[in-house]
Formats: sequence, C-alpha cells, structure tokens
Amino acid sequence: MNNLYFILPELFISLSVMFLLVFGVFKSNSSKIIFFLSCLIVLISLAINLNININEKIFLFNNSYVVDDLSLFIKSIILISAFFVMFSSYNYVKINNILKIEYPILILCSLLGMLVMISSNDLIVFYIGLELQSLALYVLASFNRDNLLSSESGLKYFVLSALSSGLLLYGCSLIYGFSNSTNFEEISQNFNFEYGVIFGMVFVIVGLAFKISAVPFHMWAPDVYQGSPTSVTLLFAILPKIAALTVFIKFLYGPFLNLFDDWQFIIIFMSVASMILGAVAAIGQKNLKRLIAYSSISHMGYALAGLTTGTNQGVQSSIIYLIIYLIMNLAFFSCLFMLKRNDKFFENIEDLSGLSKKHPILALSFLIILFSLAGIPPLAGFFAKFYVFMSVIEKEMYFLAIVGLLATVIAAFYYLRIIKIIYFDPEQEKFDTSINIGLKFTLIFSTSVILMYFLNPNFINKYVVNILVFQ
Amino acid sequence: MFPILSSLIILPFIGALFLVFIKSTERNTGIKYVSLFITFANFFLSLYLWKIFDPSISAFQFVENRIWIEGFINYKVGIDGISILFIILTTFVTPLCIISVNSTTTYRLKEFLIAILIMETLMIGVFCSLDLVIFYLFFEGGLIPMFLIIGIWGGNRRVYSAFKFFLFTLVGSVLMLVAIITIYWISGTTDVEKLYELGIQENYQKLLWLAFFSSFAVKTPMWPVHTWLPDAHVEAPTAGSVLLAAVLLKMAGYGFIRFSVGLFPIASIYFVPLVYTLSLIAIIYTSLVALMQEDMKKLIAYSSVAHMGFVTLGIFTFTQQGIEGSIFQMISHGLISAALFLSVGVIYDRLKTRQIKDFSGLVNVMPKYAIMLMIFTLGALGLPGTSGFIGEFLVLMGTFKKSIITATIASVGVILGAAYMLWLYKRVMFGNLLKTIDVKKMVDLNKNETLILSSLATLVIFFGFYPEPLIKTYAVSIDNFINIFNLSVDLNLADNIK
Repeated sequence: MNNLYFILPELFISLSVMFLLVFGVFKSNSSKIIFFLSCLIVLISLAINLNININEKIFLFNNSYVVDDLSLFIKSIILISAFFVMFSSYNYVKINNILKIEYPILILCSLLGMLVMISSNDLIVFYIGLELQSLALYVLASFNRDNLLSSESGLKYFVLSALSSGLLLYGCSLIYGFSNSTNFEEISQNFNFEYGVIFGMVFVIVGLAFKISAVPFHMWAPDVYQGSPTSVTLLFAILPKIAALTVFIKFLYGPFLNLFDDWQFIIIFMSVASMILGAVAAIGQKNLKRLIAYSSISHMGYALAGLTTGTNQGVQSSIIYLIIYLIMNLAFFSCLFMLKRNDKFFENIEDLSGLSKKHPILALSFLIILFSLAGIPPLAGFFAKFYVFMSVIEKEMYFLAIVGLLATVIAAFYYLRIIKIIYFDPEQEKFDTSINIGLKFTLIFSTSVILMYFLNPNFINKYVVNILVFQ
Repeated sequence: MFPILSSLIILPFIGALFLVFIKSTERNTGIKYVSLFITFANFFLSLYLWKIFDPSISAFQFVENRIWIEGFINYKVGIDGISILFIILTTFVTPLCIISVNSTTTYRLKEFLIAILIMETLMIGVFCSLDLVIFYLFFEGGLIPMFLIIGIWGGNRRVYSAFKFFLFTLVGSVLMLVAIITIYWISGTTDVEKLYELGIQENYQKLLWLAFFSSFAVKTPMWPVHTWLPDAHVEAPTAGSVLLAAVLLKMAGYGFIRFSVGLFPIASIYFVPLVYTLSLIAIIYTSLVALMQEDMKKLIAYSSVAHMGFVTLGIFTFTQQGIEGSIFQMISHGLISAALFLSVGVIYDRLKTRQIKDFSGLVNVMPKYAIMLMIFTLGALGLPGTSGFIGEFLVLMGTFKKSIITATIASVGVILGAAYMLWLYKRVMFGNLLKTIDVKKMVDLNKNETLILSSLATLVIFFGFYPEPLIKTYAVSIDNFINIFNLSVDLNLADNIK
C-alpha cells in the first residue's frame, strides 16, 4: 500500500483513461467534455504530484521504480506543459475536425508512458513506459486521417521509431547479458565484460537519440513535424523530448556512469552535429513547422552539451535549457494557432508577411519569441545557452563552446529571416482574430516569462539546484 | 542612497512602456511630448549626476550592488571619470534624435520612439555596468532595437544592411561571451572591480584578449571588419545613423579601455603592433576610400572608421595623453558625426537624395545651413578651435612618445581627412546652383533643425576652446588607470626575471 502512494499520479491517470474510454463509448457527442475533462485530469495529477514530499530517494516494487527529486520535478514539468499543450490547442483541434474522443485519451496514454519512463529504475519498466508513449504518439501523428501528409508522417514515425525501439531493445538485452541484471543500480556495479556493456550502451544511446531527434538520428523529425496536425507537432516538440532527455540523464549518470569516458565523446559528437545541422538545414525551409523541427534539433544539441560535462551543474543547466525551450515552443506554437483566415490555418513563412501592421501585438510576441529562440540577451533563450556554456567551459571544453556559439550565429540568420518577413515586408490580408481564452492565456503567459526572465532568474533555478545526480 | 544610476538606466524604458499604452493619433502629439519629456528628464538627471560626481576620486562612485543570480552574478553598476562622459553624451544625443524623428518621420512613429528609448536604456547600461555579464547583456541587447530601426525605417537595401549589422556584431560577441565565462571560472568572479584587484593569469590573457578584441573590433569598427558600417549608416534612417555613430561605436572604444587594456595589460602590450597596424590601415585606407564616395552618408561613415582608428591608436599607447586624447576624440566625434548625419538628413528630407552630384551651390539658398555645416566640417577635419583638434592632437602626442613612425603615418591621415571633408563641402555648397534643384524645396533650416544643429555647433566650438570641464572629469581616473596598468606590467616583468 505504501508503494502505491508514490505512484498516485500514474494511478490516477490510468484510472481516468479507463473511465473516459467507457464514458466516451456510452455518451454520444461527448468529445468536448472529454477534452476538457482530460485537461482537468492533468491538472489534478499535477496537484497530486506536487503534493508528494520525499526526503530521500524512494525505491518501489523491488527496486524497479524510483521516486526522487529529478523524477518528481520533471513529472511536474511534463504535466504542466501537457496541460498547456492541450489547453492552447482546443481551437485548432475543433476547427480541423480532429476533436474525437480518442484524441485527449491518447494524449493521456502517452503522458502515462512518459511518467513511467521517467521513474523507471529497471530496463523492462523503462521499455514498457517508452513503448506506451510511442504507440500513442504514432496514432496521434496520423490523427488527421483525411490528410495525406498526416498519414504519411504517422507511418514514417512508426517505422523509424519501431526501428529505434528495436535497437534499444537489442542494447538492453546486451546489457542484461553482460551484467546479469536489468536493474539500473545493479548494472553499474557488476560488469562482467565491459566491452559487451559498451556495445549495449551504444545501442541504447542510439535508440534514445532517435526519440530526441539528435543528429544523426534526426531524419524523421522534419517530415513528422510538418505532416502531423499542428497541435500534435507541439506535443512532439515538447513532451517526448523532455521525457527522453530525462531518461538520457538517468542512463548516463546511473548505470553508465562508470563508462563516462566512453560515452562522453559520443554525446559531444551528437551535440555538435545537432547544433550545426539544425542551424544550417533550417536556412532553406519555407514551412514554419519544418523550420521549427530543425530548430528543435539544434536546441537538443545544446541540451545535450550540458550532459557531456559530468557535473551536477551540467545536468542542471540541461534541465533549465529544456524548461526554457519548452516555454519558447509553447509560445511559438500558440502564435501558429492564431494564424488563420477563413478557418484555414497557415504554416508557410511567406504567409506572415507584413503581420506587424495588422496585428502589432501578435507580431511583437513573435519578435520576442524569435529573438529568444536565437539566444539574444536579455531574453530567456540567452540564459538557457548561458548556463549550458557556463558548465561546458567549467570543464574547459572550449571547442564545444565555440562551435555551439558560432552555430547560434548561423541559427540567428533564419530567425531573423522570419522577423524580416513579419516586420519589413509588405502587408497582406488580415488574419482572423477570434481566438479563445486558453490560447491567449498561453501566449501571454509564456511570452511574458520569456521577456521577464532576466528580472529574476532564480525563480526557475531554485527548483533545479536540488536536483543532484552526484550526492 | 538613491539609486541614481539605475534610475538613469530604467527611466527611458519606463518611458517606452508608457508609449505602448498611448494611442497613436493623427498628429501623435502625446507620443512626441512624452518621449521628449522622458529623454530631457534623463538628460538633466545625468547633468545632476555630473554635478554631484566627485572628479578627484579615482574609485568607482554611486556603486549599486545587488544579488541577481544567486551565488553567481551580481547586478553591479557604478561610474568613474571615464564612463560618466559617455553617459552624458548618450543622454544628450538621444533627445536630439527624438526631435529630429518627431519632425521628419510619420511612418510608425510610435514604434520608432519606443525603439530609440529602449536603445537609450541599453546604451546607458553599457557604460554603467561593472560586471562583465551585465555588460554583455546590455551590449548585445542593443542589437535588437538597432536591427529593427535599420530594417523598418531604413532605405532601399535596408534588409541586407540590417542583417549584415546584426550577424557581424553577433559573431564577434559570442567569442566575448566564451571569454567572459572563462574569466568567471579562472577568477571566480565577473565583478570588474574585483578583477582589477585580482588580475588575470598571464597564460590566459592573450586568448581572452583576442576574444574581447573580436567583439570590440567589429563594433569599433576596425579594418577589415568595418564593412557593415557604411551599409548600416547609408540605409539607416537619420536618427539611427546618429545613434550608431555617436554612441554605439563608442561602446567599443569604452570597452577597449575598460576591459581589453584594464583586464589584460600584458596581452595588450603584446598585441600593440597588431592594433597599430590595423588602426593605421583604418586611418589611411578608409580616408582614401572616403575621398571616392559619391554618397554623402557613406563618406561620413568611412570618415567615422578613420576617426575611430585614432581612438584605438590612442588607447594602445598606454600614455596619459593617448588615452585622454582617445576619450576626448570619442566625445568630440560623438558630437560631430551626429551633427554631420543630421545635416545630411536635413537636405535628404528636402530632395530625397544623398548623392553628392545632385547638389551644388547650396550656399546660395541655405546660408544658415552653410554656416552650420562649415563648423562641423572644420570640426571633423580637426581644425584648432574645434573639439576635433584636441582629441587628434593628444592622440598624436601620445603616439609620438611610443613610436615616431606610427605617429607620422597617422598625421598623414589628418591631411587626408581635411581633403575629403573640404572637397565634400566644396562640391555640395559652392559653385552654381544646379538647375535640377527645385529652389522652392530648398528652404533654409527650420526651427527644430536650427535648435539641434546650433546646440551641437556650440558644444563643438566650446570644447574646442575650453576642454577643461571634460578633462577635469576624467583626469584623475585615467591617471589612476595608467598607474595600475604600469604596476601590473612591472609586476609581471619582475616575475619573469625571477
């Protein structure tokens, strides 16, 4: 019974999913109610999660499940962002005729998978969580059945993701074979044959890199981002990345900690490659969603850079980076949800031309968000990079820091290009301004966080400093 | 104690916020008066600051120190004799810009004024900050409003120029960021005052110096990374050019004194030949380029590069005269280049062209304008009796002490300066009035323009004859600065001999 107390959020979500399924089947036209009920469920599980207090790491179910500062904090972050993702996309979902009862339920399922994944302390539990979230996401990607691109992206995501899961599973079996255990704590203690475990580790890292779309395993991202409905793209851009990066932290600083010298180089390579490719490849894009896909690839590069340091500060800087990244993405996509004329949403960069004249406030938020994504001070995006490079330079990895910062200059170019189109180009027809309250709230909230972050940077930092991978 | 520096920094920003909530009307009177009021209030506040500033103390005054990021970085501002003059220059030039904008711009006036006010906040912040990270924030933050000013209100090739300006500056600055973080890890602090005391280990100095140099050289701008400046100047609206020339370029000069020389004395001495070479190329080569320009703004832009060449030359002599001359030159160039750009703006507003060949014999129709432009032309070429002379003279004096050849070559630059400025004046002002010019349009200066230009002209002449108020303000600070510099160099020499 004691064990169950610590997994109350997960329990609550899984019970709610079952309830909603039954409810949706028996009550007709209930999709709207279910959508808002799911928002509420996410909020309640957030409240439950915030209510769990722990003084030390708590192991549950035969050490296969762990609740610590890291997992509790990331769970809260995921639940908050899931709430905003759903809350802000209601209008989009409704207008595009994808407001079916399955939509919010699938989101809840993938959420459940992420929570399990984050708390896992065992390869098998981890894999179950990972697959639960992925399966739900495959369906979500192709949710707009009538749209060719959406079906294509769902299939593409499914095939590539299944491949990566296969690699991951193979890696897990290698690790089990050479260390006689699936438990994270035990893996790190008994290596029978180090090279075998290294092989397994490489496969696991590859599998996880797929999930966060780090170069060279990023190919699926632009197509899937473009094809999926924008509300799902927002989900892709935020939730799985946070979850997968947290698992990265758990793996690298848990079972693989003794192999630090071996994985450090792999992560540095992925980080540098992601930064550069994300920056260069985005320059030619015409579709905003494709562009944000490349942009998120390069952002993942920066988040990975923090992990290469092998220090508490490095891991904390990565987590702060993730939080600011998710706020910026939330803001960016809420802007995208607003760009519609006659019930048609716009995704091409050219459609934004001259936005500033007709919609000065929306254009201003775009401006703030884009400069922040480019990492120009004093906006939040700058501080995200600042913390990461702070920890990278502490370890005297100047090469990584200089390459990373020069990549921000390249990246600045394509963000500036959007600003140019918004502010310098001739104006076009007005967009519809009928926007619902959730969208407005999300946009105002996230933009003001980006803008005001520099006034008091401690308000995020003070939660993160408690997260220690080395006690 | 009343946080006077923070109020100076925050006041224009509050003004900008205020403007956001004022509705733009047909005539925009509310917006115009609010922005004028705010900038004048800030100007008088800075004059008051000058009055209560004690020039006989070399330490930083009015220091405010607040925790900003826990256990990491403090928000620290303070001024000494060097920075206070730049603050006053900023608060003086901004209202002039706003007057000129108010009377000429109608397209999206409100946003323009907001951008200028935010720019003022950031510029004052740069000169006040005593922490490297805070300095970096203000220094880089300036890119955003300037990018928009050039891009929205600029000329035909504004997009190209805005991008060039932004990306050039950003490339230089990210290296500075790496250097700042490195300093944090090797010294444990980014507090400038503490860093002056602690000093920075010698083996790090050269690379760190280069990183800072990459940022300041782009901003100064030094040859060969000066190419963004002519483009930015030509395409920017008049007020944008004025802010760029008068204040933005000075950030780099200030940075050279405060950080490059102040923090890395040994590396600074090591890199003297590099700086001298680049400065001389800037002085001679860009003067020659300026001679051949057909666009007036471009000519003045190239002359700015040449004048900033004198500044860098003076700073890296490490002599009392050299550094004092550089600071004086920066202030005087701030006034004169602002005035020259405003003057070009005057005739551009009338004929919508800046090509030199489109003008001739303007003296016949615009006598007042001719007098004003004469004063500024003479100031720019450094005639005794104008503020331009004192700066260049002191710099050359300082340079003679260190290297006679360098000083001789630099003196040639003064002659070239006279050549291109006088030739420009001759072509535009004298001769017969071109038939193509519509005389009705070429009315003489109006009230606003007379006010702006005559106030600048007065200062140029006043400081030319009586530089005492400026020199008195920074003399003790610079004296102390050079003493510390020599001390740390001597200490290092002694270490090496051991």
